[in-house]
Amino acid sequence: MRILRIISILAFLIAATTFSVDGQCKAFAKKVCIPELGVYTHDGNYHAAILVEGEEAELYKTFYSDMEYRVSVCGEDKLPEVEFRVLDANKNVLYSNKDANFAKTWDFKLQSSQQLKLVVKVNSFNKPGETPASGCVAIMFGFKIKK
Amino acid sequence: MNKKHGICSKILIVVLIFVSLLIGCKSGGTKATKEEVTVNTPKDNTAVVEDIKQAEKIFNALPSPLESAMLIKSAGARFDASLLNPVGNGNSYVTNKSMALNLGIYTCDLSFASLYEQTQLIIDYMNAAKKMADGLGILKAVEQSQIDKLEENINNSEVIMEIVSETFMNSNSYLSDNGQPAIAAMVLVGGWFEGLYISTQLVDLKEFNGNKLVGRIIDQKLSIDILINLLESSKGNPAVDDLIVQVRRLKVVFDKISITTSKIRPEYDKTSNTTILKSEIKTDMTPEVFKELSTTVSEIRKTFVNN
Repeated sequence: MRILRIISILAFLIAATTFSVDGQCKAFAKKVCIPELGVYTHDGNYHAAILVEGEEAELYKTFYSDMEYRVSVCGEDKLPEVEFRVLDANKNVLYSNKDANFAKTWDFKLQSSQQLKLVVKVNSFNKPGETPASGCVAIMFGFKIKK
Repeated sequence: MNKKHGICSKILIVVLIFVSLLIGCKSGGTKATKEEVTVNTPKDNTAVVEDIKQAEKIFNALPSPLESAMLIKSAGARFDASLLNPVGNGNSYVTNKSMALNLGIYTCDLSFASLYEQTQLIIDYMNAAKKMADGLGILKAVEQSQIDKLEENINNSEVIMEIVSETFMNSNSYLSDNGQPAIAAMVLVGGWFEGLYISTQLVDLKEFNGNKLVGRIIDQKLSIDILINLLESSKGNPAVDDLIVQVRRLKVVFDKISITTSKIRPEYDKTSNTTILKSEIKTDMTPEVFKELSTTVSEIRKTFVNN
C-alpha cells in the first residue's frame, strides 16, 4: 500500500509539472506580452506555446477594416530573437519584424477586411552539440476601442 | 514477496501508462512537442533541429467576443437587450458543450453590454459568464475581486474592458493549458455565433444597401474556414463533430456570397507609426442570401441557447 501511495504521488507530480510548464506561458503572456499592447485593448484571446529554437508557429486570423490593431509577439529571455512575418492569402510578405530590428510589436490598420497569416519563428543560437533552447512564445492582439 | 513485487510492478506500469497518456493527450494538435525533442537527445543534434524545423504549431484565431461586439458597435448599430441570451437560461446548461458555448455567448453579450455602457447588464452577464466558467471547472476565470472591481468602476469603460478581456483570457488560457482544446474551441464558437446573431438581427432590410453592419456580416465569410479548421483540430469529440455539421451548413450559405480583393499594398505612415494595408474589396450579397444567412444563424444559435 505504501508503494502504491508513493507511485500515485510520483505520477501526480509528473503530470502536474508537465501541465504547469504551459501554465507558465499564461503568466508570461500576461506579465510580458500584454503590457506591450499599451493603449490598445487586449482582445482577450490567448495564443501561446512552448517553442524550441528554430521552430515555427502559424496563426490565421481575419482583420477588419477601420479597426486599429497592434500585434505583440514575445519570447522568453532564454530564447534567441523571435522573428515574425505577416503574409496575405497569396503568401506575399506584408511585414517582417526582421526589418525593424526584431521589434516585438507592429501597429497596423486595413482599408478592407482580410484574412492574414502570421508566421512566428524562433531563431537559432547555432550552437552545435548543445540542447536547443526552448521557452514560451506568445502572440497577443489589441485594438483601439472606438467611443 | 515475489507476488507482492509483481503486483507493485503491474501498478507501476499502469500508472506510467496513465501518465504517458495524460501527457500525450495534452499536446493536442501540435505536430511535434518540446517533450518529444528533449527526451531523445542524440549526440548529433542536427537531425533534431531538422525535426524541429518541420514541427509547427497552428493557431486558428477567431475574433474574440470583445472584438465581435466592437465590430457591431463600430458599424454604428444600436443596442438591443432583447437579443441577448437571458441570464436565467444559465441554470439549464449542465453539459460541458452547453456550458462552453454559452460561456462564449454570455461573454459576447457581456462585451456588447459593456461597449454600450449598460451598467446593470454588465454585472448580470459577468455573473452569468462566471457561472458557466465555474461549471466547466475553470479555476479563477472570474474571481469575486474582479466582480467587486467591476462594480466599483461601473462607469469607467476602460477598466470594464480590461476586466472583460482579462476574464476571457483566464478562461481560454486555462482550457488551452490544461489539455481541453475542444472546450476552448466551443467557447470561441459560441462567442462568434452570438456576434453574428446579434449583427444579423440588427440589420434593417429597408437600409440594406451600403449598410456598414451588412459589410461586417459579409466579412465573417473570411473566418468560416478558420472556424472549421479550429473545430477539426478536435475532430472525434462528439460535441465538436455535431458543431462541424452545423458550421458546414452555415458555410454553404456563406459560399453564396462573393468577395474579391485587390493586391494588398502596405504603406507606412510615419506620423502615426502605423502601417496601412491598402486594398480594394468587392462583395456581393443579395437580400435573399442575407435572409437565408440570418435564418440559418438564428436556427443554429437556438440549438445553443435552448439546450
